[in-house]
Amino acid sequence: MESSLRDPALWQPNRRASQRTELIVRLILGLFSFVSVGTTIGIVLTLVFETIDFFKIIPFWRFFTETRWTPLFASAQFGIVVLISATILTTGIAISVALPLGLLSAICLSEYASPKMRQVLKPALEVLAGVPTVVYGYFALLFVTPLLQALIPGLQGFNALSAGIVLGIAITPLIASLSEDAIYAVPRSLRDGSYALGATKRETIISVVLPAALSGIVASVILAVSRAIGETMIVAIAAGQNATLGFNPLVSTMTMTAYIVQVSLGDTPAGSIAYQTLFAVGTTLFVMTLALNVFSFWFVHRFREKYD
Amino acid sequence: MASPQASQERSRALLFNSNLQQRYLKDNLFAGATWFAVALSILVLIVLLTDTFLDGMPRISWQFVTSLPSRKPELAGVAAALGGSIWLLILTALFAFPIGVGAGLYLEEFSIESWWSRLIEINISNLAGVPSIIYGLLGLQVFARWMQPITGGRSVLTGALTLALLILPVIIVATREALRTVPDGLRQAGFALGATRWQVVSSHVLPLALPGILTGSILALSRAIGETAALITIGALTFVPFIPNSPTSPFTALPIQIYNWVSRPQQGFHINSAAGIVILMIVLLLMNGTAILLRNRFQKVLT
Repeated sequence: MESSLRDPALWQPNRRASQRTELIVRLILGLFSFVSVGTTIGIVLTLVFETIDFFKIIPFWRFFTETRWTPLFASAQFGIVVLISATILTTGIAISVALPLGLLSAICLSEYASPKMRQVLKPALEVLAGVPTVVYGYFALLFVTPLLQALIPGLQGFNALSAGIVLGIAITPLIASLSEDAIYAVPRSLRDGSYALGATKRETIISVVLPAALSGIVASVILAVSRAIGETMIVAIAAGQNATLGFNPLVSTMTMTAYIVQVSLGDTPAGSIAYQTLFAVGTTLFVMTLALNVFSFWFVHRFREKYD
Repeated sequence: MASPQASQERSRALLFNSNLQQRYLKDNLFAGATWFAVALSILVLIVLLTDTFLDGMPRISWQFVTSLPSRKPELAGVAAALGGSIWLLILTALFAFPIGVGAGLYLEEFSIESWWSRLIEINISNLAGVPSIIYGLLGLQVFARWMQPITGGRSVLTGALTLALLILPVIIVATREALRTVPDGLRQAGFALGATRWQVVSSHVLPLALPGILTGSILALSRAIGETAALITIGALTFVPFIPNSPTSPFTALPIQIYNWVSRPQQGFHINSAAGIVILMIVLLLMNGTAILLRNRFQKVLT
């Protein structure tokens, strides 16, 4: 005991060594935090360089004005509008499923469900969000499509409708969970004020709670749209590979993501035109989702109602 | 003709004499609609799982787990895909965990509120919204093409690096949240005793936050295991008749194998695909179960 207390090392720790360790750790961790920034830079540079190479061969106007997408044919055409129309179609169907389903679920969880029910239902919805998308694709192709074919005669085996519906189911938890956060955050006093004026629960929700939570709800929907645009496996499996311009949900169609999958499955040598179309389509996709994400970010900051 | 004053009186009277019964009816209908939405979502989940399990169960056997892919559906198995997925899981964790936790530590414990940490924050929230297929394009160009001498092209290593970048934002956010739950008094006590920041963090803060960090990281890894699009884009093969034996070996993974089988016309392969989904879901269930166990233990420690 005596001797250990007299040990000079205990009272004169090597401060210089620990400061050096501190500096090294700080440097390494700082470097790690740069990896995420590096990822963004990497994505942008990769997309930009290959897309520039693409536009050196295929002029800008052809990409935006042609009305057929046949880059692998002899008479190649590069009308990105074909792929965008398919993406808009599946995303539109998805949102018309996911918006009512997700928003009503959010209202139910926040306003109607008892805390105990909420504890059970919220994780259940999270499970729905955790199901890999390839499983949803299987479900769309081999369960939903046959079911719909029994109801709608003339529905093709691959179609935008069932892909869109299942895509909607896949993004429902996203809308439900983010909207629920926004609705739950509306302070109790606003509801009490509304009840005191004689409003019923539904009237309170529709005219007081939802407007107060609007910025969060809109942001959740925009994020869901962005997710639906970038979603790949469901549309690649269930919507088919048929690049046609138009908005017929009953026939096979090819979205931007499905095209990237189709080309990636084949053996495409780097530098070929098929390889470059991957990046041109990827850039279009990236710009669309980025614009939506930035818009949602801006919307929340611009229109957030703050309560103390 | 009624005077304007009289009509105003009447409308004011109407305001207080609203049909309560009708309003309550509407209320009940609305409440019913919200419950219906929740029930429908959960019903879809149940139908999805039971349908797939019923389709796949007949094919589930030890032979299915240990067989390599084959052109005959009844002889094919998931050995190569399962092996590939386990390789991916380990390598992805090796890259993503230290980097993600390190970045989270730096942002939460070391960096002073500066333009750098704000930039990284905005950057991370943006990265979380980038579609996974775009990460696939990044992996294809950078890891599979430019770094081919190191990664061996379209290899397990390339796949793992791509998936690591994909789940990095999730791990960073989970780390930061876990670090925030550690009481500040603990840090101050450490500083008061003359410890440096790293000494406080490594000896007290990190051990307390670790269960939370691990939970978040396992959930992020389970996302990587279910990921298909990014792996297809980097050019992972769909027919691999062997289990990868090194990081630079070509590979296939469970979701890719499932995709490959589901996109074939034969009924037999569809059954295989369902059986593959059952195996994938079992792997995910094991991972999520571990995460939940950790979370529960963590909560007990704090209270």
